[in-house]
Amino acid sequence: MRKLISSFIIFTAFIFTALPVFSGTVIIESWRNDDADAWNDKIIPAFNAKHPDIEVVFQATIPAQYSASISAKLEGGNAGDLITLIPFDASLKLFNRGWLASLNDLGGLENYPQVAKDAWSTDNQSDLFGVPMASVSHGFMYNKDIFKELGLSVPKTESEFFNVLEKIKSDGNYIPLAIGTADTWAISTMGFQNIGPNYWAGEKGRKGILTGDEKFTDDHYVSLFETLGKWSNYMADGYQAQTYPDSQNLFTLGDAAIYPTGSWEIFTFSQNADFEFSAFAPPTRDGQSNCYIDDHTDIGIGLNSKAKNPAEAKVFLEWLTGAEFAEIFANEVPGFFPLHSHSISVNDPVAKEFISWKDTCDTTIRNSYHIVGRGEPNLESVLYEVVSGVVNGTVTPAEAAERAEASLANWYEPHQ
Amino acid sequence: MKKKFPLHIIVFLFPACFIYSIFMIYPLIDTMRVSLYTQNLLGENMDDSSGVRAFIGLRNYYDLFFNDTWSWHFWNALKNNIYFFLLHISIQTPVGLLIAAFLSNKELKLKNTYRTLIFLPAMMSIVIVGYIFNLILSSLWGIPQTILGLVGLEDIVQPWLGLKGSALITVSLISIWQFVGIPMLLFYAALVSIPEEILDAAKVDGSSGYNTFWKIKFPLILPTIGLMCVLTYVGNFNAFDLIYAIKNIYAGPEFSTDLMGTFFYRTFFGYQHQLGNPTMGATVASTTFVIILVGVVFYLYAFQKRITRYQY
Repeated sequence: MRKLISSFIIFTAFIFTALPVFSGTVIIESWRNDDADAWNDKIIPAFNAKHPDIEVVFQATIPAQYSASISAKLEGGNAGDLITLIPFDASLKLFNRGWLASLNDLGGLENYPQVAKDAWSTDNQSDLFGVPMASVSHGFMYNKDIFKELGLSVPKTESEFFNVLEKIKSDGNYIPLAIGTADTWAISTMGFQNIGPNYWAGEKGRKGILTGDEKFTDDHYVSLFETLGKWSNYMADGYQAQTYPDSQNLFTLGDAAIYPTGSWEIFTFSQNADFEFSAFAPPTRDGQSNCYIDDHTDIGIGLNSKAKNPAEAKVFLEWLTGAEFAEIFANEVPGFFPLHSHSISVNDPVAKEFISWKDTCDTTIRNSYHIVGRGEPNLESVLYEVVSGVVNGTVTPAEAAERAEASLANWYEPHQ
Repeated sequence: MKKKFPLHIIVFLFPACFIYSIFMIYPLIDTMRVSLYTQNLLGENMDDSSGVRAFIGLRNYYDLFFNDTWSWHFWNALKNNIYFFLLHISIQTPVGLLIAAFLSNKELKLKNTYRTLIFLPAMMSIVIVGYIFNLILSSLWGIPQTILGLVGLEDIVQPWLGLKGSALITVSLISIWQFVGIPMLLFYAALVSIPEEILDAAKVDGSSGYNTFWKIKFPLILPTIGLMCVLTYVGNFNAFDLIYAIKNIYAGPEFSTDLMGTFFYRTFFGYQHQLGNPTMGATVASTTFVIILVGVVFYLYAFQKRITRYQY
């Protein structure tokens, strides 16, 4: 018994003496398990080269559990100092509960465009609570070998795009478009949000929906649905039951020529595909001079309002806004692009292709997230439904437009 | 002398009653209570912190039944669920009975092997069943085109799980395939417990096998069939897992495989980008409970009470 007590005392003493050692540690909470190596081997050492006195720990949770676990941790007061944030409402909710600190006075925020900051600001932009970290872009990946075999060139305009699809179809050996409608989010995100910005002129159309100046029943939205409906002619047999992993497999096995997708696939595809692939930007509509691409704000990082080491955490955040971080992140996590305004050199050829579009095209974010992503039912979910319906041929483009508009009118004042 | 109240009855009943009340009755009643309140939605001011819920009476029920936003999904899920149940009752029960009748035949060899094989799917994890059938029926990697191709019928292959018209039937048939072993086992147990003397007497009287089954065996196992029907009813209206495993919570295409369970899940827990609405979820749950209750009460009073029981 005495032994037990004495060992207990020693243990407690050890804990108390050990505690101060950790006091300069900044803990980063994240759902990006996949990036742990990049953080531990590259990003944090690079930071420590400049600030050797601050210890940074990258702590990742399983993605599906992240939202639930992070609110529980914040509520319980035992969350890390820096919190990786998903864009818009879910994080705004954390801020409104007082769990995230305002970062208005943080240095280096001028390095980001306003559209990037929108994702982690209050509606009236009076408070910013997250530093934009990375975005994902949409585009089309294509199998270079198939393109070479069939003598195809990369399509720039929509009519060229459909010509290419028609040629692949008439050749008969390959599936022209690797996408299905069983996972409704996939066709909506990688179809509608992919080519959509060319139809609604990027930010102009997205803001138009927010202010109510544009309606989903406007002509350009209806013709967007019509174009998506045409895709079904070039999809695999039974695309109605084709899931997202099915589509990924079709492309990486070399059975399909073109894969409408997002930049986040670059990393896994470069490991799995044993052929050369590249990407092309969403084809512009015929006669359209400007091009628009979707560059969706996907990852941000905020400061826990009850952080144990707020000063150190802020030093880290300020370093995050600089070019050094942007460079490392872009190269270590290909397909996730830093949101900084300055240009960044990337080595991965496909990622480079994606990033190059930003020089010539105007960027926007998905039009169903900011503000209109609230309400019951929210716009995003309605789009999943109607887009897959249109591609399945069970909903007409006009009906789809009406249903999307009606769902907004149901709760969103500017559309009533 | 007045008999003393047997206190030990209370003592012995208490633990079970206590646990049942805490974990079953209280949540059930509280679910109904919560369904009478508003959900503090993430509205324009995003003020979700107060957690205040206002009492609104039956407003949630009105919205669920008549307000388009909710009612379309509700009636759709209810309609699908009834269809799902009717398919089960009209296929699973007769097939289970047929197999049980075959198995109870004394001359049948390898009886136990058949019984185990037919019951085997019921013991499999639903996630595995869902995954396997998604692969089997896939137009890309599936097997129907190969098998039907052998007899020149590959043209009739469709992405059955992906078409609005056939998805619900396909999912129902998968569920029936998986669980047909349960009615089979119950019916089999009932059939083999019929005393030999009765069947021998029938034989002596010159009754044919067909007549013996319909005139003697069937009436004797009718209570079991009734029980099976009500179990299927309860199970079907609580069904969720198979749809979740095969079609995910979106119950696609266009909610054609949506059941009360998946509808409840989406409402209560929310889904991608849609935050959950606990009070509306409670309304859906309470409605499902009432639907099941009505069915069970109907069975108890209209069917079980009137049924003739034979003592043997």
